[in-house]
Amino acid sequence: MLRFTLRRILQVVPTIVVVALLIFVIFSVVPGTFAASLFADGKRAADPQMIARLNEEFGLNKPLMERFVTYVTDLARFDLGTSFRTRQPVIDLINDRMGASLQLAVAAMVFAIVVGVPLGFLAALRPGSILDTVTMIGAVSGLSMPQFWLGLLMMYLFALQLNWLPSFGYGDGSLRNLILPAVTLGVTPLALLARTTRAGVLDVLNADFIRTAHSKGMSEAKVVRWHVARNALVLIVTTIGLQFGSLIGQAVVIEKLFAWPGIGSLLVDSVAIRDIPVVQGTILVIVLWFLIINTAVDLVYAAIDPRIKQE
Amino acid sequence: MLKRLTLAAMLSLGVATGALAAGERHGGTLVFTAPYGSSFATLDVQASPNTQEEFITQAIHRALYSWDSIQNKPVLELASSEEVSDDGTVHTYHLRDNAVFHNGKPLTADDIIYSYKRIANPKNAFPGASYIAVIKGAEEFIAGKAQEISGLKKIDDHTLEITYTGPINPGFPLMQNTTVIYPSNVEDESSFAKTPVGLGAFVFREHVPGSQVVVEKFDKYYEEGKPYLDRINIVLMAEDAARDVAFRNKEIDVSILGPTQYQAYQGEEALKDHLLEVAEVYTRNIGFNPAFEPFKDKRVRQAINHAINAPLIIERLVKNKAYPASGWLPLSSPAFDKDKAPYAFDPDKAKALLAEAGYADGFEFEVTASPNESWGVPIVEAILPMLKKVGITVKPKPVESSALGDAVTSNNFQAFIWSNLSGPDPLNALRCYYSKTAQSACNYASYSSPDFDKLYEAAQQERDPAKQSDLLRQANNIVQDDAPVWFFNYNKAVMAYQPWIHGLVPNATELAVQPYDEIWIDDTAPDARK
Repeated sequence: MLRFTLRRILQVVPTIVVVALLIFVIFSVVPGTFAASLFADGKRAADPQMIARLNEEFGLNKPLMERFVTYVTDLARFDLGTSFRTRQPVIDLINDRMGASLQLAVAAMVFAIVVGVPLGFLAALRPGSILDTVTMIGAVSGLSMPQFWLGLLMMYLFALQLNWLPSFGYGDGSLRNLILPAVTLGVTPLALLARTTRAGVLDVLNADFIRTAHSKGMSEAKVVRWHVARNALVLIVTTIGLQFGSLIGQAVVIEKLFAWPGIGSLLVDSVAIRDIPVVQGTILVIVLWFLIINTAVDLVYAAIDPRIKQE
Repeated sequence: MLKRLTLAAMLSLGVATGALAAGERHGGTLVFTAPYGSSFATLDVQASPNTQEEFITQAIHRALYSWDSIQNKPVLELASSEEVSDDGTVHTYHLRDNAVFHNGKPLTADDIIYSYKRIANPKNAFPGASYIAVIKGAEEFIAGKAQEISGLKKIDDHTLEITYTGPINPGFPLMQNTTVIYPSNVEDESSFAKTPVGLGAFVFREHVPGSQVVVEKFDKYYEEGKPYLDRINIVLMAEDAARDVAFRNKEIDVSILGPTQYQAYQGEEALKDHLLEVAEVYTRNIGFNPAFEPFKDKRVRQAINHAINAPLIIERLVKNKAYPASGWLPLSSPAFDKDKAPYAFDPDKAKALLAEAGYADGFEFEVTASPNESWGVPIVEAILPMLKKVGITVKPKPVESSALGDAVTSNNFQAFIWSNLSGPDPLNALRCYYSKTAQSACNYASYSSPDFDKLYEAAQQERDPAKQSDLLRQANNIVQDDAPVWFFNYNKAVMAYQPWIHGLVPNATELAVQPYDEIWIDDTAPDARK
């Protein structure tokens, strides 16, 4: 198990290196610079001297290769650089925002698990029932609905019409502000979890050992608890892990819409104004997050099903 | 026209002097929002030229001058009076003796000298350095060739002498948010980025990065009886639809409207009476690059102006949230020429002009454009069939906004569509057509006209504001006749506000920038806000 764990962790390193390279290359070739973005809204005349001063300060007038070497050297020292816009260390900016993003992702995932898994279970236990049909239609709708539109719908219904919840912002960090963005973000993983759970449970229910358990006179409740739940768990845990991993990335849209102060909105802002160190740092953190969760899922997976680590 | 607009705006608001006399109320929280960015870059406002940082500036800081939206001109802010030398270059300021920084330090001439040196410090590369450059000796200081700015001279603690490079109006450059005054007794300058200290009516309380800045009333603010509000939550909401829901839900007090919302709000009984409109100082235009052969000929550029039905686009696409442009200087400019008509929509005349210029069979050109709904790709698509009718084929070249800035300043375009600052200072706005202004600075259409230059140089030296305006009006008319750009429109900024808000002003420089110390909330506000 230790060797398996180490191997999985070591695999993260080359992935991070490749991603870091890709980001550097992409943002070196896209048109537009930070200095130009300062007057992109036309609200002030361009100032060539200021542009030159800024480009010099940020080393943007140096050859690409030299910039690349600096970038890699800094990265090797776990230094994500300094933001062009705020002139603060990128890591500080990410730290400032990470808490809000995690809060949103965890709340969305809890909502998805608490609602999605039992729904999938119940649907699978009564295939063809009204509950099953409604759950599956709901799941397909949840998966196909654009998050942006769903978010607006939520705002309109729960904030404007029913007046139950605030429509935007972090407020004082209370749960009331968290509910709408978390539910909006949680709908996609919820739908996916309900479908996966249903499929997984149905698979197990049709397996030979369940028929054996039934023929031995085991009660329905016991069969579900001891055999179905345990066996379906592998698939469910994997889905949860993968969804959780990609949630921070998906939160970009939701954070923008609800004015939620996470790293998603930091990333969008930074791309728009070409604050490259922040873009690079934020993407790396999102990728790292995904890899860590993925690795954790693999480890849990291996713990649940010992056959995995042999493969 | 401007007077009428301003008056109408004030009447519709029920604000300004009349309403204030009716009885202001102290206390309450203003939830202020605006559609710029989704986070504050830094709280060190000297370091940032972004519009969103102006919202913090208005609350926390003060500059030597400020913008008076009612008089439509810069006025003295931190000085109670000034004396100007006969040649107009030396200004002696008598500073307010009751202005105190939030850290308890009284304002002195040293703070202004310290602040201007910090802004101009070449190591900082701050955007406000170009505004400080109007002070004598600042250019040398910015270039690292001098230790002091020779034009700054302290007479005593409350008297400061500033020598400028020419007889300019220093109010325009020195009212900017990037030229605000910081206290000179703070040891660690980097602390300004997280805990700003200023002379403004509100003290910084909290910043939730990416969410909001909270400020609270400053008890020692120099204007007696002000501010009225106890607290302001400054929130940024970039999404129009989200802002709309929050405004209708009464969670926010003011909202800047886009064209679609403007049309919708005008049609709703509960909302239409609380709209504040102003002609902002931006001119939307398509700039022509004279390096592209057909654009070398003035008749071609004029033909394009005649071939496009700008009022129709303003009505249908911009939902009347704009005023047709009759030249570069906008309605709210002191040098605006109300007698100059916009180019008439006349395709036949356009065809004749094209034929005269040798383009009877037309030609093809590319317009570099951002996705902006009011001055981007959607507008280029609208002019496409109009120009097709006179034989010109237009191809939109979509780019992101920061790439647009790059393409234009590096002269890498055939034509571009943009919205550019054209006020409030007409001398500064017309600098962009002065032949000695670099293309990469703001002479984006590489304009050069000896007649224009002569008038512009005369205006630079003229100290009588009326005569200067007259010279600039004539210069502006030369630009209009030469048509280095397609004159599209001047932005009409629209703000929706809740009925319990008073004291908003029609700020032509940027409607979203409001004097927070003038704003008050009446008894009809929701309990959470009172």
